[in-house]
Amino acid sequence: MMPRLPRRGLAQVVALVVILLLDRAVSPQFFDVRLQDGRLFGSIVDVLNRGAPVALLSLGMVLVIATRGIDLSVGAVMAIAGAIAASLADSHGLPLVLAAALGAGLVCGIWNGILVAIFGIQPIIATLILMVAGRGIAQLITEGRIVTFTSPDLVWLGNGNVLGLPVPVVIIAVMLILTGAVVRWSALGLLIEATGGNARASELAGIGTRAMILAVYSWCGLCAALAGVIAAADIMGADANNAGLWLELDAILAVVIGGTSLFGGRFSLVLAVTGALIIQAMNTGILLSGYPPELNLLLKAAVVLAVLLLQSPRLAGIAGLAARLRGAKA
Amino acid sequence: MDRGTDPAAALLEVRKLAKSFGALVALQDVDFTLRAGEIHALLGENGAGKSTLIKVVTGVFARDAGVVRLGGVDIAPRSAKAALDAGIATVYQEVNLLPNLSVAQNLYLGRQPTRLGLVQQSEMRRRARELLAEFGLHIDVAAPLADFSVAIQQLIAIARAVDLSARVLILDEPTSSLDHNEVEILFRVMRQLAGRGIGIVFVSHFLDQVYAISDRITVLRNGRLIGERETGSLPRLELIRMMLGRELAETTSERAAATPHEARDVCASFEGYGKAGYLAPFDLELRHGEVVGLAGLLGSGRTETARLVFGVERADAGLARVEGVPARLQSPRDAVRHGFGYCSEERKTEGIVADLTVRENIVLALQAKRGLLRPLSRSEQDEIATRFIGLLDIRPPEPERPIGLLSGGNQQKVLLARWLATTPRLLVLDEPTRGIDVGAHAEIIRLIRELCREGLALLVISSELDEIVTYSDRVVVLRDRAHVEELRGDAIDVSRILSAIAADGPASVREGRT
Repeated sequence: MMPRLPRRGLAQVVALVVILLLDRAVSPQFFDVRLQDGRLFGSIVDVLNRGAPVALLSLGMVLVIATRGIDLSVGAVMAIAGAIAASLADSHGLPLVLAAALGAGLVCGIWNGILVAIFGIQPIIATLILMVAGRGIAQLITEGRIVTFTSPDLVWLGNGNVLGLPVPVVIIAVMLILTGAVVRWSALGLLIEATGGNARASELAGIGTRAMILAVYSWCGLCAALAGVIAAADIMGADANNAGLWLELDAILAVVIGGTSLFGGRFSLVLAVTGALIIQAMNTGILLSGYPPELNLLLKAAVVLAVLLLQSPRLAGIAGLAARLRGAKA
Repeated sequence: MDRGTDPAAALLEVRKLAKSFGALVALQDVDFTLRAGEIHALLGENGAGKSTLIKVVTGVFARDAGVVRLGGVDIAPRSAKAALDAGIATVYQEVNLLPNLSVAQNLYLGRQPTRLGLVQQSEMRRRARELLAEFGLHIDVAAPLADFSVAIQQLIAIARAVDLSARVLILDEPTSSLDHNEVEILFRVMRQLAGRGIGIVFVSHFLDQVYAISDRITVLRNGRLIGERETGSLPRLELIRMMLGRELAETTSERAAATPHEARDVCASFEGYGKAGYLAPFDLELRHGEVVGLAGLLGSGRTETARLVFGVERADAGLARVEGVPARLQSPRDAVRHGFGYCSEERKTEGIVADLTVRENIVLALQAKRGLLRPLSRSEQDEIATRFIGLLDIRPPEPERPIGLLSGGNQQKVLLARWLATTPRLLVLDEPTRGIDVGAHAEIIRLIRELCREGLALLVISSELDEIVTYSDRVVVLRDRAHVEELRGDAIDVSRILSAIAADGPASVREGRT
């Protein structure tokens, strides 16, 4: 085992900067920001805004992965929460809409947590159940239609702005600070990392590992629901078939790019969100460049590979690589 | 000792070897000479540099400076495979073979006899049988490796290494998981190989075995060469002094001063406590300032007793009391809340959280006890970590180092610190000195005594009867998953314990090491 790199986070920051510079190269106005009607506009604001759902998902996902778990159901939970919010939006006030949608997400998270923590089902299988069933539930709620709404309150969540910033960007900032505060100002962060690092040893040290696991899946469900509400508010409707489709993979990708190992243990909230922004910066860049969007998938794979190689302790330097090559020849 | 070859011929010569990891100097100016046909023990405390030396010689690490000569020729292997090709084979404690393949396949992996591109199974098995017969091993070579004991697997690993034309064989703690008979078999093979002119490096922390098998001894300490001696002319005390660099305080010879048992307050008591199919109901009283040793063979119920006491397994009969008050011990959490602590014998899988730092590992149990909402501030954590690192002499004294990078003895001290930080009333230690070198061993025994003087109740499990005799005020002997006898005060000695263990049934007990 190698000591942890002291330059933790450097790889992610470098990757983000490189991609933003590439974006700038394909689209010279990329960094231009202008104020119009009290709101900031520009590609860079767009990256933050569009990246909000995946960033929110990654906030929950990173905690789940830190316990050595995974949550495949977040895309489906987004669909459920979006469907609930859209169905209630025009007949109820925003507080109740939010409570219902987020409450549903919380219930989904608790369900996953119970399957994993209490029944000991492998996380990938346990959450696969809701990944499949959740989309069905969402379709039942919308009765198979695309439910649209006009409630200005809910629309504001996706399209409004606060102090010039799009509301989703403000929400992700608040959630990042809130999650960070909960995790780092309580003992939760340490206990989650211990649980993920060695669950057996943690239990013997008196940590309630089941409660930890239940808590992280619940939080993940809540974050997914919030992402679902924002996505629905953005398009002023809920599409149970496509809302949040495949976003669980982007969220997992964001967490991995953020340097949190799928084997659990150490995690970083900020770097997970950075990972989400890296992914979105690539998406936006491809769109701006006019290249076919299909290219995006390949590019994503290439960036993932690059970040993972940068993080790999075995490739801690070109010197190490060269030594290896010489050794292979010998 | 003459083994039929020229004893003066230096087979493997290491001169002025140096290796650092960042600021940490792991080896400095180390010389090591292995002659053909000798068994050479490489000794030192954890962190003395034994593993680093082996890894540099076998190409796992690149050296910073120095020379390695094999048969007079300078070598610089860049990988374990290159070292093997050069004639240096290493067999580790954990056998690096494939348990799902057959013995023959393991022996000839990567060099199977083929005809027309097809593996000749029968030819391979015939050769495997012949090869193993040389080692006095007559087993079914078509059976999967996993069917055999660790000892046999180790012999197979050695056979494979030797058959790959090894001239130097490095055995790193080969006897840690072997029983007495298996050690004898291994030693016979080692002598046989030495007789064929192979030079053997033997790393072990069992000093008895070192004296039984080795011709010469090289001692390292803190990455430096302390000396090379003939085994026959090196008294044990002198050897220990070389390894520790200080007189081993008389920790392991003198018995604890006896305070009358009844004069102490009961800390925890168990009446008719047990679990069907796991451990027969037992009565046990643990008193403040008293060490109770649990002795018995592996599987006799020692670890099972510890697990019931700590709530890892739930008892289905009996009553537990803590300070006289009935207590529920349904989980480790319950036990921790009642002020219990437990160091499992499985340090790696049930003790350390390898990725986390020494500081985080130390505060873990205390934080779990305080609960989520009363987090220890960073400065409190730093203070606790620094205090215990100093108190237990944890090395290197760096609280921010991941614990996985520490040696076994220091990991064990961190785990002790984890529980001491919770100011427990009862500490259960399962094999606290296993896999730990002689210095840390003595230190942990010294710690056990000190803790007990401060009023802690201790329940200690150990296979080393000498050790148990040294620190225990009472010894509970177990046999066949039941507590069978309790010895007190002057009645505690190794032979009494042995006869209690062996009372009915074969006396297949490992001799107490002296």
